[in-house]
Amino acid sequence: MSKILIQGATLPNGTVADIAIEGDKITAVGTGLSTDGASVIDAKGLVALPGLVDLHTHLREPGFEQSETILTGSQSAAAGGFTAVHAMANTLPVQDTAGVVEQVQRIGFEAGYVDVVPVGAVTVGLDGKQLAELGAMANSKARVRVFSDDGKCVHDPVLMRRALEYVKSFGGVIAQHAQEPRLTEGAQMNEGKVSAELGLTGWPSVAEESIIARDVLLAEHVGSRVHICHLSTAGSVEIVRWAKARGINVTAEVTPHHLLLTDELARSYDAVYKVNPPLRTQEDVIALRAALVDGTIDIIATDHAPHPAEAKDCEWQAAAFGMLGLEIAASVAQDVLIDSGASNWQRLAEVLSHNPARIGSLDEQGQEIAAGSIANITLIDPSVKREISTSHSKSSNNPYRGLTLPGAVVHTIYRGYPTLANGVLAEAGRN
Amino acid sequence: MSLKHLLSAADLDRATAIEILDTAEEMAGVNSRDIKKLPTLRGKTVVNLFFEDSTRTRISFELAEKRLSADVINFAAKGSSVSKGESLKDTAQTLEAMGTDAVVIRHSASGAAQVLAHSGWINGAIINAGDGTHEHPTQALLDAFTMRRRIHGAASHGKGLDGIKVVIVGDILHSRVARSNLLLLNTLGAEVHMVAPPTLFPAFPQNWNATLHYDFDDALIKVQPDAVMMLRVQGERMNASYFPSEREYSRIWGLNADRLPLLRDDALIMHPGPMNRGLEISSVAADHKNSTVLEQVANGVSVRMAVMYHLLSGERTHTDV
Repeated sequence: MSKILIQGATLPNGTVADIAIEGDKITAVGTGLSTDGASVIDAKGLVALPGLVDLHTHLREPGFEQSETILTGSQSAAAGGFTAVHAMANTLPVQDTAGVVEQVQRIGFEAGYVDVVPVGAVTVGLDGKQLAELGAMANSKARVRVFSDDGKCVHDPVLMRRALEYVKSFGGVIAQHAQEPRLTEGAQMNEGKVSAELGLTGWPSVAEESIIARDVLLAEHVGSRVHICHLSTAGSVEIVRWAKARGINVTAEVTPHHLLLTDELARSYDAVYKVNPPLRTQEDVIALRAALVDGTIDIIATDHAPHPAEAKDCEWQAAAFGMLGLEIAASVAQDVLIDSGASNWQRLAEVLSHNPARIGSLDEQGQEIAAGSIANITLIDPSVKREISTSHSKSSNNPYRGLTLPGAVVHTIYRGYPTLANGVLAEAGRN
Repeated sequence: MSLKHLLSAADLDRATAIEILDTAEEMAGVNSRDIKKLPTLRGKTVVNLFFEDSTRTRISFELAEKRLSADVINFAAKGSSVSKGESLKDTAQTLEAMGTDAVVIRHSASGAAQVLAHSGWINGAIINAGDGTHEHPTQALLDAFTMRRRIHGAASHGKGLDGIKVVIVGDILHSRVARSNLLLLNTLGAEVHMVAPPTLFPAFPQNWNATLHYDFDDALIKVQPDAVMMLRVQGERMNASYFPSEREYSRIWGLNADRLPLLRDDALIMHPGPMNRGLEISSVAADHKNSTVLEQVANGVSVRMAVMYHLLSGERTHTDV
């Protein structure tokens, strides 16, 4: 069995330790561990985190391979420090049957850079009319636990209620894309002072907040858990905070871009800043950052949404919604939690690894860095400032290009296999 | 201030705006001659790229270009490759490959002119002839020109619109005319008031340097405006619950015969056209001696000549070798 010894890494709790790996397991965590027969990683000054887990990734395959494939998306994920990604259901064909989710999982396994965990559609064809075969997907080899019509809202309240109830039988969760469809017809950007000036149709925050309010109440009524995708407004934070205080089983995610960027960027009419839900105001950004620190928001999820150049190189109204995120998520998390002085690496490990693994019911991800755990480890150099340029994604709709962000992922170890070593992606996957 | 493009009324500082209005006065002189032609843009090629139907605006630009002796090409989306799915980018690059000095663009997408100007697809000057619900800067210039001429007459030269009170009425939310006028009127020192049902104001107008009113009569009585600018109500708003019915709109927000006596005797009645007579404006108002509707049309040509002159004459164009 291959042996790796990580020497002198700083663990999330601040202690410095060596980490010994054999095969796909961590065998020991301590000081002065033997380097015998092991390839040694000098981790002095690096922070060791449990492998990052993304609950919200668009890998685009099958159907939209011009944007991304499961392989290129997995590589981008590994470069960003991830060891598992949840592949959203809006593929073509849609991931609404056992056959499609098993295929996605198999291609992900063959790629071998991360665990590719398919998300199942809530409704057939994401059409919002009829429940997809949730049980069949749950019982398939893909073992689907997270269901979402992401990109579309499950807006029919009866259908949402039934979905919330139905997935209880196998411990599933509905991840809601909260967007009241009538309030957002033709919507192009956040409805606010900037949209008023730019003459772009507004996407009002109430369209998100009203659905979240409804869904936490539904979850309470039927005793289910609900997950809120890409929460983007200060008002949404208040609703989730209220719901949690009330004991409702709700979890919430925020994207890196909603933690960093604002609707002021739309002034350029550069469609690289067009995303759904839209970039909001600075007040929203401040509220989201505070909510991530205080636990109201449970996780950062990327909503990595690759699009080919032609979908962005056009007038704003004609452009597609979405932006890349896998390779900057850890940096944005460091900015929000560490460099701000507001929190610590333990919290960063929670929001990017432990919590998303728990919400997605992934037993072999998000484990503590301890003997006996699966060897999913991400090593970050927090001292680096890097200007964002290229990425491993097949697409280049990267709104961070040109920005300088803190921290760099140096090594990613996925089930004992180095997918990223010294910042260089492995030429082949694990399997 | 050297302008390369005219994308927004915000591109114009006070000095430049007044300079353009002054030039437009000269152009108006040309337009009243027997031979209405200047050689200024001889050898320059201007494309009128219209992705949205607008015969009036297109003709106005075309006349302006021809009176300055430019070679003019009209490119209408209908019947062209655009309707076969050709993108803005491909169209722009095609025009660039053919060698154009300026593109006048009308497009249904807000920001289309800005995207065209900053994309690197095309090098010529870009003039925004209306982009979605964003801006229509030459309309604002011609409105300002019309007001300045009526109010200051022969003494217009060098003047702004300081202290002039303007009330803009109607579908503010979707109006590119309102947005451009808001910016330019403020630049020129005017006081801007807006009147609309709450559904037709932006939800967050905090950055708008204007006083907003819901009550048209109250605004007219309190403001005593120098000019009232009525905006066209677009057909697609009728059945989208922005207001209950055309009849109610006309009664509450229209410039009808009952409302006319509230105006000052010298208050201008303006409309960018085309008018919905009987809806936002009654015939009594449209045909009133204070109505500037036809002057606005005539002045549009002069103002667009002035804009072309500022953007294209002199050493700024890249094709001068």
